[in-house]
Amino acid sequence: MANESVFDEMGGVEGDPRQIYAEVAQWFRQASPDLIANRKAEAEAFFRRIGITFAVYGDEQGAERIIPFDILPRILSNQEWIRLSEGLEQRVRSLNAFIGDVYGAREIVRAGIVPEDLILSNPAFRPEMTRIKPAAGLYTHIAGVDLVRTGPDEFYVLEDNARTPSGVSYMMENREAMLRLFPELFGKLRIKPVDQYPDELLATLRSVAPSSASREPTVVVMTPGPFNSAYYEHSFLADRMGVELVEGRDLFVRSNVVYMRTTEGPQRVDVIYRRVDDEFLDPLAFRPDSTLGVPGLMSAYKAGNVTISNAVGTGVADDKAVYSYMPEIVKFYTGKEAILSNVPTWRCREPEALAHVLAHIGELVVKEVNGSGGYGMLVGPHATKAQRESFATKVRNNPSNYIAQPTLALSTVPCYVDEGLAPRHVDLRPFVLSGADKVRIVPGGLTRVALKKGSLVVNSSQGGGTKDTWVIEDGAPRASQSQSQKAGA
Amino acid sequence: MLARTADNLYWLSRYVERAESLARILDVALRLATLPSAYAGTSNEWESAIDIAVCRDDFFRHYDVANQANVTQFIIAGPNNPSSIRACIEVARQNARAVRTAITTEMWEILNDAWNEMQRLRFQSFTSKDLTKFLAFVREVSLRFDGAAYRTMLRTDHYWFQRLGMLIERADTTARLLDVKYHVVLPETEPVGGGLDYFQWSALLRAVSALNSFHLIYRGGIKPWLVADFLILKPEQPRSLISSYETLNRVLDLLAERYGRQGPSQRLARQTYSQLQNMDIDTLFQTGLHEFLEQFIADNNRLGLAINDQYLQ
Repeated sequence: MANESVFDEMGGVEGDPRQIYAEVAQWFRQASPDLIANRKAEAEAFFRRIGITFAVYGDEQGAERIIPFDILPRILSNQEWIRLSEGLEQRVRSLNAFIGDVYGAREIVRAGIVPEDLILSNPAFRPEMTRIKPAAGLYTHIAGVDLVRTGPDEFYVLEDNARTPSGVSYMMENREAMLRLFPELFGKLRIKPVDQYPDELLATLRSVAPSSASREPTVVVMTPGPFNSAYYEHSFLADRMGVELVEGRDLFVRSNVVYMRTTEGPQRVDVIYRRVDDEFLDPLAFRPDSTLGVPGLMSAYKAGNVTISNAVGTGVADDKAVYSYMPEIVKFYTGKEAILSNVPTWRCREPEALAHVLAHIGELVVKEVNGSGGYGMLVGPHATKAQRESFATKVRNNPSNYIAQPTLALSTVPCYVDEGLAPRHVDLRPFVLSGADKVRIVPGGLTRVALKKGSLVVNSSQGGGTKDTWVIEDGAPRASQSQSQKAGA
Repeated sequence: MLARTADNLYWLSRYVERAESLARILDVALRLATLPSAYAGTSNEWESAIDIAVCRDDFFRHYDVANQANVTQFIIAGPNNPSSIRACIEVARQNARAVRTAITTEMWEILNDAWNEMQRLRFQSFTSKDLTKFLAFVREVSLRFDGAAYRTMLRTDHYWFQRLGMLIERADTTARLLDVKYHVVLPETEPVGGGLDYFQWSALLRAVSALNSFHLIYRGGIKPWLVADFLILKPEQPRSLISSYETLNRVLDLLAERYGRQGPSQRLARQTYSQLQNMDIDTLFQTGLHEFLEQFIADNNRLGLAINDQYLQ
């Protein structure tokens, strides 16, 4: 992967900035190192103050850490965004249709597009769901689709994250920080707001309430508890939606209806936005040792008395082998070509592909089909010989557990690192909300950045950071004055 | 509201109040311990500090002598003390973290800052100056937290549970403080011409931040029975038992009204309140101050349990 082929979204650290970055590049290039240091310190203080933290599993001392934040924003033009959001809507509509089909008639299997054993052997496949019809036929109400970019017009979907995508609180807090840090830039540029996200999330969740719910359905956010790595986000979302943040022990099921324990006694719950994994949801239906779940929740779900969001079993669509069929899946359900491209993917379950992957392991990114968070993957060009060999053995022993993709020349955006301003690879996770009424997407999303030089892994658990994402409305500049009454009117 | 949320709010403010009380107890002990024994009497201030902080057993399991070094260390950040000041702030923050949705940003920031500060401080190498500064800091955290709650919280059940925790804890501290020192406020100990115990009484008042206000109300010298009167029966004194119960009653009534249902908490609080209303300091001394305070502490605990049963689970 030659360096000169990497697309820098700002136009490089020094060269002529791309048009959409003009204003921002000018500000940052004129700013003195002191001013930059100052703003950086302010940002750091802001995040520490509000206590936005995450936990890294297996890290003893870092029980709570701040995710590094870079003050130079990542910018998309409105035109770029419109195309992306159309692609996202198409993709997530297809995902929902696919999951419904998987748990229903399996037409896509009968059409010979996706092999049935890929679905049935998937550990995220939940047979219970073949007997459950979620409200409005929707499964993944909140998807966090990971996009990468390799050129001015080339965007690829990397992962669909149809289960419980996280990071939306960073999207919102990043914007909050930037509004405080750079009021001058917000004054000049027409940056699309993101703070409506909680309202849109609530509207989405209410739209998929079960038909037996009251006209004002009760929505709750369900968390595994304060020790979960994303707890901050759970409480943040509950807070901004104005709904209760519950743990499993706050809920109970009686006569197939879910209630929460309140200071006034039991209160019925209609929609559970759960941030608890499937297998911990109900000890009666899944893992009996789960203390995070609610006994009887699945039977209430089956009785149609509660909506679980995202639905149980959406993980089938997160499988990286299923991912490789997405262009066909989109075509099958929408009748149109996919607007967003897939990264070409070798399915190691297929002998020819396996041979190719093993022969070229040094050039490829190899991933577990069910891995996430940057765990369980090999970045061939960055791995040592020993790492490649031990990974190759794992792949040979269990080929259907792996897929491989070429290493893409991910785009970069300049970042402030210890050495000063330097390009770093980024991705983008927009959050796509699917309600019974419509699909809602807040402009932008979470930009994650690989802060280590040359690294392609953006996950916060692997040393990644974030940037605010701006979708700039091109066109007429802002009115510079407020309107006033005309004299003599 | 979730019962667990109410529980978190209630304990959150109990622990903040407790941290403040501990800081005040240490403050007073420090002040008395520095006086020549001719002024302060012979009692061991550090031992009474432990008694007020109700950690006698825990303390003597780990130390032999109750002296300044041991007691301050134990009460501030003793690793074996589950209700040290540091532990109180930490538990308060844990509770706050569990109910981020139920408290305001201002309240959270004060606690989070305090907790960050605790992580930073090196208690082992504290000088006397550091100690005084630290105790002032803890009092300030509590004042700011309480002020933030008062100024920023919606007046809904969230606020009322937060108040309940603070009031139950406050009544408990004032009663314990008086009980450990009750011998110095008995009338017969008033020495002719004043002297020895004067500093004990004023220290007691100082411990509840009531020295100046005492003078405003009584307009005379400090008399021991007036100290007891002030801290038990004066509704004007916000840390007095009667004042805590007046507010407890009001808050519990608001909850009952909102939920359309009364319960054991309302009955218990009303009982204790009317008992306090119908009492004067003379009868109190006749029946025995110590016995009264013991009874009060037990009743106050019972109310805490009743609130727990009725609302918090």
